[in-house]
Amino acid sequence: MIQSRRTFLKGSLASGAVAVAVGAGLLTPQTVLAAWPKGAFEAKGVDKTMSALFGSSSTADSKDIKIKAPDIAENGAVVPVSVTTGIAGIESISILAASNPSPLTSSFNLGANAEGYVSTRIKVRKTSKVTAVVKAGGKLYAASKDVKVTIGGCGG
Amino acid sequence: MAKGIKIRAQAKKGVTTVKALMSHPMHTGLRKNKKTGKKIPAHFIQEVKCEHNGNVTMTALWGPAISKNPYLSFKFKGGAKGDSVKVSWVDNKGETSTKEAKIR
Repeated sequence: MIQSRRTFLKGSLASGAVAVAVGAGLLTPQTVLAAWPKGAFEAKGVDKTMSALFGSSSTADSKDIKIKAPDIAENGAVVPVSVTTGIAGIESISILAASNPSPLTSSFNLGANAEGYVSTRIKVRKTSKVTAVVKAGGKLYAASKDVKVTIGGCGG
Repeated sequence: MAKGIKIRAQAKKGVTTVKALMSHPMHTGLRKNKKTGKKIPAHFIQEVKCEHNGNVTMTALWGPAISKNPYLSFKFKGGAKGDSVKVSWVDNKGETSTKEAKIR
């Protein structure tokens, strides 16, 4: 309980500081984001992960986020996922797989000139929702897609 | 070590698309070795940094749930033929790899 509260506080403080520093142009994203958010990657459950990563688990659904992923993934160890978004002022794109032991698969911090697009391949344990969370202008937007997995991607 | 990175960067209408393929086992730390029954320790890339002419365009923070031999693609505005694009990663054991390529 104490631990989760601590990571929650740390996460919210850190993201606040990052936003301020980047906004003021004092620090480049490179130096600020060098720390890997261990708490967020180890958190269980989507809500906790969101809290650890962004300091908040409330997101607004957005139609401006498109997730390209297979409806049925034959091999859960390799699920190609692409996220495209046209939201202005984009800061980061995170990809979560709800049923994984730790839902957060990846988080992409985009620089000032980056387009709202990332593509990668993730592991998905079993049939679940794959959610893309986009942080733009300090707000969180989300979109999900169901991916059916026939062979799990975690475990042997 | 056979831990290379393959990069392809292509500029089109002012937008550069970068595709990178890294070679890494990406062990989650949850899987067992079938012969010995022992868990394979976690070994995965934590941070991937992409630079264009020395400016960071994207930093990817990864967990163990990224597939083996990770693929990554992203786009950024600007970039012309001949510009350099650099991709470097750091994994949880502190190993690193860097590769530079020219936009074509």
